Amino acid sequence: MSWGFLRDLLSGVNKYSTGIGRIWVAIVFVFRLLVYVVAAENIWKYEHDEFECNIKQPGCENVCFDHFFPVSHIRLWALQLIMVSTPSLLVVFHVAYRENREKHHNQKLYRNPREIDGALLCTYLISLILKTGFEIVFLVLFYKLYNGFKIPRLVKCDIRPCPSTVDCYISKPTEKMIFLYFLVTTSCLCILLNLSELSYLIFKYSIKCYLKRYMKKQQ
Amino acid sequence: MDWGALHTILGGVNKHSTSIGKIWLTVLFIFRIMILVVAAERVWGDEQDDFVCNTLQPGCKNVCYDHFFPISHIRLWALQLIFVSTPALLVAMHVAYRRHEKKRQFRKGDKKCEYKDIEEIRSQRFHIEGSLWWTYTSSIFFRLIFEAVFMYAFYYMYDGYQMPRLVKCSDWPCPNTVDCFVSRPTEKTVFTIFMIAVSSICILLNVAELCYLLTKFFLRRSKKAGNSKQQPNHENKEETKQNEMNELISDSCQNTVIGFSS
Repeated sequence: MSWGFLRDLLSGVNKYSTGIGRIWVAIVFVFRLLVYVVAAENIWKYEHDEFECNIKQPGCENVCFDHFFPVSHIRLWALQLIMVSTPSLLVVFHVAYRENREKHHNQKLYRNPREIDGALLCTYLISLILKTGFEIVFLVLFYKLYNGFKIPRLVKCDIRPCPSTVDCYISKPTEKMIFLYFLVTTSCLCILLNLSELSYLIFKYSIKCYLKRYMKKQQ
Repeated sequence: MDWGALHTILGGVNKHSTSIGKIWLTVLFIFRIMILVVAAERVWGDEQDDFVCNTLQPGCKNVCYDHFFPISHIRLWALQLIFVSTPALLVAMHVAYRRHEKKRQFRKGDKKCEYKDIEEIRSQRFHIEGSLWWTYTSSIFFRLIFEAVFMYAFYYMYDGYQMPRLVKCSDWPCPNTVDCFVSRPTEKTVFTIFMIAVSSICILLNVAELCYLLTKFFLRRSKKAGNSKQQPNHENKEETKQNEMNELISDSCQNTVIGFSS
């Protein structure tokens, strides 16, 4: 079980997506997942070993690291990727349910079980809203937990058992900050894509509905 | 999920590239990605552990390392490779879009649609013509831009392409100007120069591909203008343009187009 599983999941989701949805999948694959696996993971690999405090007091480094990094950036990033990819499963399940229903009743119940209309449209819209929601929640979490998106070189720590205010140095702060900004940028891009897909679908189906009603009135 | 996944994605794009494009993709995967994964990553693997400063002051090493290596070569190369590979996805998406349109026409029962079934659309060869030609050319152009930007970023950040053995650091909390020693500077210089050389080769290949496409396009156009003077009527403009681009690309393109998603 590794990121390959998520990749397969997203490939499956791709089949039922709109054009904008496919661009979203491509961005998540290439600019988020791939960057995470080949670059970002290695930066945070030895973050605890390389976190150094100006003190020999045993336990002080551990306690300070835990205070300043309750959840590591890289773990939050991984959680974000997983949470943001999973709402698409709702659509997959709904399509599977439709196809199952057709098989069970042995007749054609839908014009095309994979076409985004009716209840499947609602499911798709809900999945878009959830995706956007998760993105925003994680961005806010990052912001709140780490007081913005900056990573300082030095943090001052005075938690027991540190005997006084001690200087602690974070490793590779600039590199971590660059990748954090990269994460935030791609998140925002994905939010924009989700919102435009949402608007596009609502607009398209409102027009369709309106035209249907208009045709009926004409008749 | 790793570079192999990128290879799978780009493999589909390879099928509708020109011959030069296929060579470029081979160079990218063998001489850049593979070298990065099997060799370069090991060379830079212990970069911070073996970065040693001539002081016992806690924190001095961290701060000096961060000052001299704001972003590691390895990460910068990884980003460069990702950015340079992605314009090819534009082409894949355009092809997928065209295929989707053809399928839609077929399902509507359009009389103009000459396909017998969906499978034929899936396996049909799309020639790089019209708007697809523009997408393809733009993707080469973006590749060039990204390569140039990253090469410049390397040069700017590290004052050239050589890795020094010794750097002098006086950032706080280092008590004075402290000597810090970089691990494996010669090996790192060798790999840096190698990666820069291969980047340059890729730039040359992209420029050659661009020139090749443009030259052929203008040559065909002038030929067509010459022919149309002799035979001023009959042919549909669109058909001649299509024939011209078909000739242009059929010399170099040989494989079936498969989009990013079917």
